[in-house]
Amino acid sequence: MANHYYSEEDLGKFSSIGTFQKPLADKFFAWYGEVFAEGQLSAREKSLIALAVAHAVQCPYCIDAYSADAFEKGWNEAQLMEAVHVASAIKGGAALVHGVQMMNKVKAIAM
Amino acid sequence: MKSLKANAHLLADSQQQLSILENGTDTNMYALVPFQQKLEESGLYPLLPLTPSVFQVNVGKMCNQVCRHCHVDAGPDRKEIMTRQTMEQCLQVLAQQPGYTIVDITGGAPEMNPDFRWFVEQVRLLNRHVIVRCNLTIIVSNKKYFDLPVFFREHVVEVVSSLPFYQKDRTDRQRGDGVFDDSIKALQMLNGVGYGLEESPLRLNLVYNPAGAFLPPGQAALEQEFRTALYKDFGISFHSLYAITNLPISRFLDYLLESGNYEKYMQKLVNAYNPAAAANVMCRTTLSVSWNGYLHDCDFNQMLDLRCAVPQHHIADYDHSAMLNRSIVVNQHCYGCTAGAGSSCGGAVV
Repeated sequence: MANHYYSEEDLGKFSSIGTFQKPLADKFFAWYGEVFAEGQLSAREKSLIALAVAHAVQCPYCIDAYSADAFEKGWNEAQLMEAVHVASAIKGGAALVHGVQMMNKVKAIAM
Repeated sequence: MKSLKANAHLLADSQQQLSILENGTDTNMYALVPFQQKLEESGLYPLLPLTPSVFQVNVGKMCNQVCRHCHVDAGPDRKEIMTRQTMEQCLQVLAQQPGYTIVDITGGAPEMNPDFRWFVEQVRLLNRHVIVRCNLTIIVSNKKYFDLPVFFREHVVEVVSSLPFYQKDRTDRQRGDGVFDDSIKALQMLNGVGYGLEESPLRLNLVYNPAGAFLPPGQAALEQEFRTALYKDFGISFHSLYAITNLPISRFLDYLLESGNYEKYMQKLVNAYNPAAAANVMCRTTLSVSWNGYLHDCDFNQMLDLRCAVPQHHIADYDHSAMLNRSIVVNQHCYGCTAGAGSSCGGAVV
Protein backbone atom coordinates (compact mmCIF):
# COMPACT_ATOMS: atom_id res chain seq x y z
CA MET A 1 0.00 0.00 0.00
CA ALA A 2 1.30 3.44 -0.92
CA ASN A 3 2.36 5.62 2.00
CA HIS A 4 0.59 8.98 1.94
CA TYR A 5 0.53 11.83 4.41
CA TYR A 6 -3.24 11.93 3.82
CA SER A 7 -5.16 8.66 4.05
CA GLU A 8 -8.90 8.39 3.29
CA GLU A 9 -9.37 5.99 6.19
CA ASP A 10 -8.04 8.58 8.63
CA LEU A 11 -11.17 10.70 8.23
CA GLY A 12 -13.14 7.91 9.91
CA LYS A 13 -10.68 8.01 12.80
CA PHE A 14 -11.29 11.68 13.55
CA SER A 15 -13.49 10.84 16.51
CA SER A 16 -10.52 9.05 18.12
CA ILE A 17 -8.60 12.31 18.34
CA GLY A 18 -9.48 12.42 22.03
CA THR A 19 -7.29 9.41 22.74
CA PHE A 20 -4.36 11.70 23.69
CA GLN A 21 -6.40 14.56 25.17
CA LYS A 22 -10.05 13.75 25.84
CA PRO A 23 -11.41 16.84 27.63
CA LEU A 24 -10.38 19.21 24.84
CA ALA A 25 -11.62 16.80 22.14
CA ASP A 26 -14.98 16.46 23.87
CA LYS A 27 -15.31 20.24 23.98
CA PHE A 28 -14.36 20.53 20.32
CA PHE A 29 -16.89 17.92 19.15
CA ALA A 30 -19.68 19.36 21.30
CA TRP A 31 -18.99 22.83 19.90
CA TYR A 32 -18.64 21.48 16.35
CA GLY A 33 -21.99 19.69 16.59
CA GLU A 34 -23.70 22.83 17.81
CA VAL A 35 -22.14 24.97 15.10
CA PHE A 36 -23.60 22.76 12.37
CA ALA A 37 -27.07 22.36 13.92
CA GLU A 38 -30.09 24.23 12.55
CA GLY A 39 -29.84 27.85 13.71
CA GLN A 40 -30.31 31.28 12.15
CA LEU A 41 -28.66 29.59 9.19
CA SER A 42 -30.00 26.20 8.14
CA ALA A 43 -27.84 23.08 8.39
CA ARG A 44 -28.06 22.97 4.61
CA GLU A 45 -26.62 26.49 4.22
CA LYS A 46 -23.88 25.77 6.74
CA SER A 47 -22.86 22.69 4.79
CA LEU A 48 -22.28 24.78 1.65
CA ILE A 49 -20.24 27.33 3.62
CA ALA A 50 -18.19 24.47 5.07
CA LEU A 51 -17.52 23.13 1.58
CA ALA A 52 -16.25 26.52 0.42
CA VAL A 53 -14.05 26.94 3.48
CA ALA A 54 -12.76 23.39 3.06
CA HIS A 55 -11.44 24.41 -0.36
CA ALA A 56 -10.00 27.65 0.95
CA VAL A 57 -8.06 25.80 3.65
CA GLN A 58 -7.39 22.94 1.20
CA CYS A 59 -8.24 20.20 3.66
CA PRO A 60 -8.79 16.90 1.79
CA TYR A 61 -10.72 15.40 4.68
CA CYS A 62 -13.06 18.39 4.84
CA ILE A 63 -13.53 18.42 1.06
CA ASP A 64 -14.43 14.72 1.14
CA ALA A 65 -16.83 15.14 4.02
CA TYR A 66 -18.57 18.30 2.87
CA SER A 67 -18.80 17.40 -0.83
CA ALA A 68 -20.88 14.41 0.27
CA ASP A 69 -22.74 16.28 2.99
CA ALA A 70 -23.67 19.24 0.80
CA PHE A 71 -24.80 16.97 -2.07
CA GLU A 72 -26.81 14.88 0.37
CA LYS A 73 -28.45 18.04 1.66
CA GLY A 74 -29.69 18.81 -1.84
CA TRP A 75 -27.19 21.23 -3.40
CA ASN A 76 -26.61 20.30 -7.02
CA GLU A 77 -23.30 20.03 -8.86
CA ALA A 78 -23.41 23.56 -10.32
CA GLN A 79 -24.18 25.07 -6.92
CA LEU A 80 -21.32 23.16 -5.32
CA MET A 81 -18.93 24.43 -7.98
CA GLU A 82 -20.13 28.01 -7.56
CA ALA A 83 -19.34 27.72 -3.86
CA VAL A 84 -15.84 26.51 -4.75
CA HIS A 85 -15.45 29.49 -7.09
CA VAL A 86 -16.47 31.82 -4.27
CA ALA A 87 -13.73 30.30 -2.09
CA SER A 88 -11.25 30.53 -4.96
CA ALA A 89 -12.17 34.13 -5.71
CA ILE A 90 -11.63 35.11 -2.10
CA LYS A 91 -8.31 33.27 -2.02
CA GLY A 92 -7.27 34.84 -5.33
CA GLY A 93 -8.47 38.24 -4.23
CA ALA A 94 -6.67 37.86 -0.92
CA ALA A 95 -3.41 37.37 -2.80
CA LEU A 96 -4.08 40.10 -5.29
CA VAL A 97 -5.13 42.74 -2.78
CA HIS A 98 -1.65 42.47 -1.25
CA GLY A 99 -0.51 43.96 -4.51
CA VAL A 100 -1.56 47.29 -3.01
CA GLN A 101 0.99 46.75 -0.26
CA MET A 102 3.54 45.95 -2.93
CA MET A 103 2.68 49.14 -4.78
CA ASN A 104 2.85 51.19 -1.59
CA LYS A 105 6.30 49.84 -0.82
CA VAL A 106 7.62 50.32 -4.31
CA LYS A 107 6.24 53.84 -4.47
CA ALA A 108 7.86 54.60 -1.12
CA ILE A 109 11.32 53.66 -2.26
CA ALA A 110 11.21 54.60 -5.91
CA MET A 111 12.45 57.95 -7.19
CA MET B 1 -33.78 -0.16 -19.39
CA LYS B 2 -34.98 -3.64 -18.40
CA SER B 3 -35.42 -5.34 -15.05
CA LEU B 4 -32.61 -7.45 -13.61
CA LYS B 5 -34.83 -10.47 -14.19
CA ALA B 6 -35.36 -9.68 -17.88
CA ASN B 7 -31.58 -9.28 -18.23
CA ALA B 8 -31.05 -12.65 -16.52
CA HIS B 9 -28.79 -10.75 -14.10
CA LEU B 10 -27.22 -12.68 -11.22
CA LEU B 11 -28.81 -10.30 -8.73
CA ALA B 12 -32.27 -11.26 -9.92
CA ASP B 13 -31.67 -14.28 -7.68
CA SER B 14 -32.40 -13.37 -4.06
CA GLN B 15 -29.89 -15.97 -2.85
CA GLN B 16 -27.12 -14.13 -4.70
CA GLN B 17 -28.16 -10.90 -3.01
CA LEU B 18 -28.14 -12.51 0.42
CA SER B 19 -24.73 -14.01 -0.26
CA ILE B 20 -23.31 -10.55 -1.02
CA LEU B 21 -25.04 -9.03 2.00
CA GLU B 22 -23.64 -11.69 4.31
CA ASN B 23 -20.18 -12.15 2.80
CA GLY B 24 -19.46 -9.00 0.80
CA THR B 25 -17.74 -9.02 -2.55
CA ASP B 26 -14.31 -9.77 -1.12
CA THR B 27 -14.44 -11.86 2.04
CA ASN B 28 -10.95 -10.78 3.09
CA MET B 29 -11.94 -7.15 3.28
CA TYR B 30 -15.50 -7.51 4.54
CA ALA B 31 -15.95 -7.48 8.26
CA LEU B 32 -19.22 -5.76 8.99
CA VAL B 33 -20.79 -6.41 12.35
CA PRO B 34 -23.72 -8.80 11.83
CA PHE B 35 -27.06 -7.01 12.27
CA GLN B 36 -28.12 -9.69 14.72
CA GLN B 37 -25.16 -8.80 16.95
CA LYS B 38 -26.14 -5.11 16.91
CA LEU B 39 -29.65 -6.04 17.97
CA GLU B 40 -28.25 -8.22 20.76
CA GLU B 41 -26.14 -5.31 22.00
CA SER B 42 -29.32 -3.18 22.03
CA GLY B 43 -31.30 -5.85 23.87
CA LEU B 44 -33.58 -6.28 20.86
CA TYR B 45 -32.71 -9.78 19.67
CA PRO B 46 -34.75 -11.74 18.84
CA LEU B 47 -36.72 -8.92 17.27
CA LEU B 48 -40.33 -9.43 18.28
CA PRO B 49 -43.53 -8.05 16.82
CA LEU B 50 -45.62 -5.45 18.62
CA THR B 51 -49.37 -5.15 18.06
CA PRO B 52 -49.77 -5.57 14.28
CA SER B 53 -51.68 -2.74 12.63
CA VAL B 54 -50.44 -2.43 9.03
CA PHE B 55 -51.45 -5.00 6.43
CA GLN B 56 -49.20 -4.29 3.47
CA VAL B 57 -50.10 -5.91 0.19
CA ASN B 58 -47.77 -5.95 -2.79
CA VAL B 59 -50.19 -6.51 -5.67
CA GLY B 60 -47.48 -7.04 -8.25
CA LYS B 61 -44.13 -6.21 -9.76
CA MET B 62 -45.57 -4.70 -12.93
CA CYS B 63 -44.71 -1.01 -13.30
CA ASN B 64 -44.62 1.67 -16.00
CA GLN B 65 -41.20 2.82 -14.74
CA VAL B 66 -37.81 1.17 -14.36
CA CYS B 67 -36.14 3.12 -11.56
CA ARG B 68 -32.43 2.61 -10.90
CA HIS B 69 -32.90 2.16 -7.18
CA CYS B 70 -36.00 -0.08 -7.23
CA HIS B 71 -35.90 -2.76 -4.53
CA VAL B 72 -38.70 -4.68 -6.26
CA ASP B 73 -36.90 -4.90 -9.63
CA ALA B 74 -40.24 -3.75 -11.05
CA GLY B 75 -40.90 -2.72 -14.62
CA PRO B 76 -43.09 -3.17 -17.68
CA ASP B 77 -41.46 -6.55 -18.32
CA ARG B 78 -42.55 -7.95 -14.94
CA LYS B 79 -45.81 -9.89 -15.23
CA GLU B 80 -46.15 -11.17 -11.66
CA ILE B 81 -49.37 -9.70 -10.25
CA MET B 82 -51.75 -10.71 -7.48
CA THR B 83 -54.87 -12.60 -8.57
CA ARG B 84 -58.36 -11.77 -7.33
CA GLN B 85 -58.37 -15.12 -5.51
CA THR B 86 -55.34 -14.07 -3.43
CA MET B 87 -56.93 -10.68 -2.81
CA GLU B 88 -60.03 -12.48 -1.52
CA GLN B 89 -57.83 -14.46 0.86
CA CYS B 90 -56.36 -11.16 2.10
CA LEU B 91 -59.87 -9.78 2.61
CA GLN B 92 -60.84 -12.86 4.64
CA VAL B 93 -57.92 -12.28 7.00
CA LEU B 94 -58.77 -8.58 7.27
CA ALA B 95 -62.39 -9.42 8.10
CA GLN B 96 -61.23 -11.72 10.90
CA GLN B 97 -58.47 -9.45 12.23
CA PRO B 98 -59.81 -5.95 12.97
CA GLY B 99 -56.43 -4.99 14.49
CA TYR B 100 -55.12 -4.43 10.99
CA THR B 101 -56.52 -0.91 10.76
CA ILE B 102 -54.36 0.19 7.81
CA VAL B 103 -54.11 -1.54 4.44
CA ASP B 104 -51.04 -0.35 2.57
CA ILE B 105 -51.16 -1.24 -1.13
CA THR B 106 -47.92 -1.21 -3.05
CA GLY B 107 -46.20 -2.65 -6.12
CA GLY B 108 -44.73 -2.06 -8.85
CA ALA B 109 -47.41 0.35 -9.85
CA PRO B 110 -50.34 -1.18 -7.95
CA GLU B 111 -52.85 0.61 -10.19
CA MET B 112 -51.77 -1.60 -13.12
CA ASN B 113 -53.25 -4.69 -11.47
CA PRO B 114 -56.65 -5.10 -13.21
CA ASP B 115 -58.27 -5.91 -9.85
CA PHE B 116 -56.73 -2.95 -8.04
CA ARG B 117 -59.88 -0.81 -7.93
CA TRP B 118 -62.04 -3.76 -6.90
CA PHE B 119 -59.62 -4.54 -4.07
CA VAL B 120 -59.61 -0.94 -2.81
CA GLU B 121 -63.42 -0.92 -2.82
CA GLN B 122 -63.59 -4.18 -0.87
CA VAL B 123 -61.07 -3.01 1.71
CA ARG B 124 -63.01 0.22 2.21
CA LEU B 125 -66.19 -1.84 2.74
CA LEU B 126 -64.32 -3.41 5.66
CA ASN B 127 -63.87 0.13 6.95
CA ARG B 128 -60.08 0.12 6.85
CA HIS B 129 -57.82 3.05 6.10
CA VAL B 130 -56.25 2.53 2.67
CA ILE B 131 -52.84 3.78 1.60
CA VAL B 132 -51.80 3.52 -2.03
CA ARG B 133 -48.14 3.91 -2.93
CA CYS B 134 -48.42 5.71 -6.23
CA ASN B 135 -45.47 6.47 -8.49
CA LEU B 136 -47.42 9.49 -9.85
CA THR B 137 -46.48 8.99 -13.51
CA ILE B 138 -48.98 6.13 -13.80
CA ILE B 139 -51.76 8.74 -13.52
CA VAL B 140 -50.69 10.45 -16.75
CA SER B 141 -49.32 7.39 -18.54
CA ASN B 142 -52.57 6.31 -20.20
CA LYS B 143 -56.07 7.74 -20.39
CA LYS B 144 -57.48 4.77 -18.50
CA TYR B 145 -55.62 6.09 -15.43
CA PHE B 146 -56.52 9.77 -15.79
CA ASP B 147 -59.43 9.36 -13.35
CA LEU B 148 -57.32 7.82 -10.58
CA PRO B 149 -57.31 11.05 -8.51
CA VAL B 150 -61.13 11.02 -8.55
CA PHE B 151 -61.19 7.31 -7.70
CA PHE B 152 -58.80 7.92 -4.80
CA ARG B 153 -60.99 10.79 -3.57
CA GLU B 154 -64.19 8.73 -3.77
CA HIS B 155 -62.65 6.07 -1.54
CA VAL B 156 -60.75 8.49 0.72
CA VAL B 157 -57.49 6.75 -0.12
CA GLU B 158 -54.31 8.17 1.37
CA VAL B 159 -51.86 8.69 -1.46
CA VAL B 160 -48.15 8.24 -0.78
CA SER B 161 -46.20 9.36 -3.81
CA SER B 162 -42.59 8.93 -4.78
CA LEU B 163 -40.83 12.14 -5.70
CA PRO B 164 -37.08 11.76 -5.15
CA PHE B 165 -36.43 15.47 -5.36
CA TYR B 166 -38.03 18.84 -6.04
CA GLN B 167 -35.74 19.42 -9.01
CA LYS B 168 -35.96 17.76 -12.40
CA ASP B 169 -32.35 16.69 -12.82
CA ARG B 170 -31.99 14.65 -9.67
CA THR B 171 -35.40 13.02 -10.07
CA ASP B 172 -34.89 12.00 -13.69
CA ARG B 173 -31.43 10.59 -12.98
CA GLN B 174 -32.98 8.11 -10.61
CA ARG B 175 -36.34 7.40 -12.19
CA GLY B 176 -35.86 8.06 -15.90
CA ASP B 177 -36.18 10.93 -18.38
CA GLY B 178 -39.46 12.81 -18.21
CA VAL B 179 -40.48 11.37 -14.83
CA PHE B 180 -40.22 14.71 -13.03
CA ASP B 181 -42.46 16.58 -15.50
CA ASP B 182 -45.07 13.80 -15.43
CA SER B 183 -44.92 13.65 -11.64
CA ILE B 184 -45.57 17.39 -11.42
CA LYS B 185 -48.59 17.06 -13.73
CA ALA B 186 -49.95 14.20 -11.60
CA LEU B 187 -49.44 16.15 -8.37
CA GLN B 188 -51.30 19.09 -9.86
CA MET B 189 -54.16 16.74 -10.79
CA LEU B 190 -54.24 15.39 -7.22
CA ASN B 191 -54.23 18.93 -5.81
CA GLY B 192 -56.98 19.72 -8.30
CA VAL B 193 -59.39 17.23 -6.72
CA GLY B 194 -58.52 18.34 -3.19
CA TYR B 195 -55.52 16.19 -2.26
CA GLY B 196 -52.69 17.65 -0.20
CA LEU B 197 -54.36 20.96 0.61
CA GLU B 198 -53.72 22.28 4.10
CA GLU B 199 -57.10 21.58 5.68
CA SER B 200 -58.06 18.71 3.38
CA PRO B 201 -58.71 15.25 4.84
CA LEU B 202 -57.44 13.83 1.54
CA ARG B 203 -53.89 12.98 2.57
CA LEU B 204 -51.11 13.39 0.03
CA ASN B 205 -47.64 12.51 1.30
CA LEU B 206 -44.42 12.50 -0.67
CA VAL B 207 -41.50 10.10 -0.46
CA TYR B 208 -37.90 11.26 -0.82
CA ASN B 209 -35.12 8.78 -1.28
CA PRO B 210 -31.50 9.63 -2.07
CA ALA B 211 -30.39 9.60 -5.70
CA GLY B 212 -27.06 7.99 -4.92
CA ALA B 213 -24.98 6.18 -2.33
CA PHE B 214 -25.81 8.34 0.65
CA LEU B 215 -28.31 8.65 3.46
CA PRO B 216 -31.26 11.02 3.54
CA PRO B 217 -30.75 14.37 5.28
CA GLY B 218 -32.98 15.38 8.18
CA GLN B 219 -36.64 14.81 7.30
CA ALA B 220 -38.08 17.98 8.85
CA ALA B 221 -35.69 20.39 7.09
CA LEU B 222 -36.05 18.52 3.81
CA GLU B 223 -39.84 18.64 4.04
CA GLN B 224 -39.67 22.41 4.39
CA GLU B 225 -37.42 22.68 1.33
CA PHE B 226 -39.78 20.49 -0.72
CA ARG B 227 -42.79 22.49 0.45
CA THR B 228 -41.25 25.85 -0.41
CA ALA B 229 -39.83 24.79 -3.79
CA LEU B 230 -42.85 22.83 -5.05
CA TYR B 231 -45.26 25.60 -4.12
CA LYS B 232 -43.09 28.38 -5.52
CA ASP B 233 -42.26 26.63 -8.79
CA PHE B 234 -45.45 24.67 -9.47
CA GLY B 235 -48.14 25.73 -6.97
CA ILE B 236 -48.13 22.21 -5.49
CA SER B 237 -49.17 21.43 -1.91
CA PHE B 238 -48.73 18.25 0.08
CA HIS B 239 -49.04 17.13 3.69
CA SER B 240 -45.89 15.30 4.83
CA LEU B 241 -42.59 14.23 3.34
CA TYR B 242 -41.19 10.81 4.22
CA ALA B 243 -37.40 10.51 3.90
CA ILE B 244 -36.60 6.88 3.14
CA THR B 245 -33.17 5.24 3.04
CA ASN B 246 -32.36 3.06 0.03
CA LEU B 247 -31.83 -0.50 1.20
CA PRO B 248 -28.92 -2.39 -0.36
CA ILE B 249 -30.94 -4.94 -2.29
CA SER B 250 -31.98 -5.60 -5.88
CA ARG B 251 -31.34 -2.75 -8.35
CA PHE B 252 -29.91 -0.43 -5.70
CA LEU B 253 -27.50 -3.19 -4.71
CA ASP B 254 -26.58 -3.52 -8.39
CA TYR B 255 -25.94 0.23 -8.54
CA LEU B 256 -23.78 0.10 -5.39
CA LEU B 257 -21.69 -2.73 -6.77
CA GLU B 258 -21.36 -1.24 -10.26
CA SER B 259 -20.34 2.17 -8.90
CA GLY B 260 -17.86 0.73 -6.38
CA ASN B 261 -19.84 2.12 -3.44
CA TYR B 262 -21.09 -1.09 -1.85
CA GLU B 263 -18.64 -1.55 1.02
CA LYS B 264 -18.58 2.15 1.91
CA TYR B 265 -22.35 2.39 1.84
CA MET B 266 -22.72 -0.63 4.10
CA GLN B 267 -20.14 0.79 6.49
CA LYS B 268 -22.02 4.08 6.51
CA LEU B 269 -25.24 2.26 7.43
CA VAL B 270 -23.49 0.30 10.19
CA ASN B 271 -21.81 3.42 11.59
CA ALA B 272 -25.17 5.18 11.66
CA TYR B 273 -26.92 2.33 13.53
CA ASN B 274 -29.33 3.87 16.02
CA PRO B 275 -30.81 1.62 18.76
CA ALA B 276 -33.80 3.95 19.09
CA ALA B 277 -34.55 3.51 15.40
CA ALA B 278 -34.10 -0.24 15.76
CA ALA B 279 -36.72 -0.35 18.50
CA ASN B 280 -39.21 1.37 16.18
CA VAL B 281 -38.68 -0.50 12.91
CA MET B 282 -41.85 -0.91 10.87
CA CYS B 283 -41.66 -4.70 10.65
CA ARG B 284 -42.72 -4.88 14.31
CA THR B 285 -46.21 -3.68 13.38
CA THR B 286 -46.46 -4.78 9.75
CA LEU B 287 -47.41 -7.85 7.79
CA SER B 288 -46.28 -7.86 4.17
CA VAL B 289 -48.10 -10.09 1.67
CA SER B 290 -46.47 -10.83 -1.69
CA TRP B 291 -48.21 -10.95 -5.06
CA ASN B 292 -48.48 -14.74 -4.76
CA GLY B 293 -49.84 -14.64 -1.21
CA TYR B 294 -46.78 -15.41 0.90
CA LEU B 295 -46.19 -13.74 4.26
CA HIS B 296 -43.17 -11.58 5.07
CA ASP B 297 -42.07 -9.20 7.81
CA CYS B 298 -41.60 -6.33 5.36
CA ASP B 299 -41.49 -5.51 1.66
CA PHE B 300 -37.67 -5.80 1.62
CA ASN B 301 -37.69 -9.27 3.16
CA GLN B 302 -40.34 -10.09 0.58
CA MET B 303 -37.97 -9.21 -2.26
CA LEU B 304 -35.26 -11.36 -0.68
CA ASP B 305 -37.73 -14.27 -0.35
CA LEU B 306 -37.29 -14.21 3.44
CA ARG B 307 -40.68 -15.41 4.63
CA CYS B 308 -42.14 -14.96 8.11
CA ALA B 309 -40.84 -17.47 10.65
CA VAL B 310 -44.21 -19.17 11.08
CA PRO B 311 -45.20 -22.77 10.26
CA GLN B 312 -47.68 -21.75 7.53
CA HIS B 313 -46.31 -19.20 5.07
CA HIS B 314 -49.35 -18.50 2.91
CA ILE B 315 -52.17 -16.02 3.48
CA ALA B 316 -54.65 -18.85 2.84
CA ASP B 317 -53.35 -20.53 6.01
CA TYR B 318 -53.00 -17.33 8.10
CA ASP B 319 -52.59 -18.05 11.83
CA HIS B 320 -52.76 -14.87 13.92
CA SER B 321 -51.40 -16.51 17.04
CA ALA B 322 -48.35 -17.76 15.16
CA MET B 323 -47.81 -14.27 13.73
CA LEU B 324 -47.89 -12.69 17.19
CA ASN B 325 -45.39 -15.20 18.54
CA ARG B 326 -42.91 -15.19 15.70
CA SER B 327 -39.41 -13.72 15.63
CA ILE B 328 -38.80 -11.23 12.84
CA VAL B 329 -36.30 -12.38 10.22
CA VAL B 330 -33.29 -10.05 9.97
CA ASN B 331 -30.20 -9.82 7.81
CA GLN B 332 -27.57 -7.22 6.87
CA HIS B 333 -29.98 -5.17 4.72
CA CYS B 334 -31.88 -4.30 7.91
CA TYR B 335 -29.17 -1.74 8.70
CA GLY B 336 -30.96 0.43 6.13
CA CYS B 337 -33.95 0.82 8.46
CA THR B 338 -31.91 1.56 11.60
CA ALA B 339 -29.48 4.18 10.29
CA GLY B 340 -29.69 7.68 11.72
CA ALA B 341 -33.27 8.71 12.27
CA GLY B 342 -34.35 5.33 10.93
CA SER B 343 -36.38 4.57 7.85
CA SER B 344 -39.74 3.02 7.19
CA CYS B 345 -42.57 3.22 4.68
CA GLY B 346 -43.65 6.20 6.78
CA GLY B 347 -40.24 7.85 6.75
CA ALA B 348 -38.04 8.51 9.79
CA VAL B 349 -38.98 6.59 12.95
CA VAL B 350 -37.28 8.68 15.67
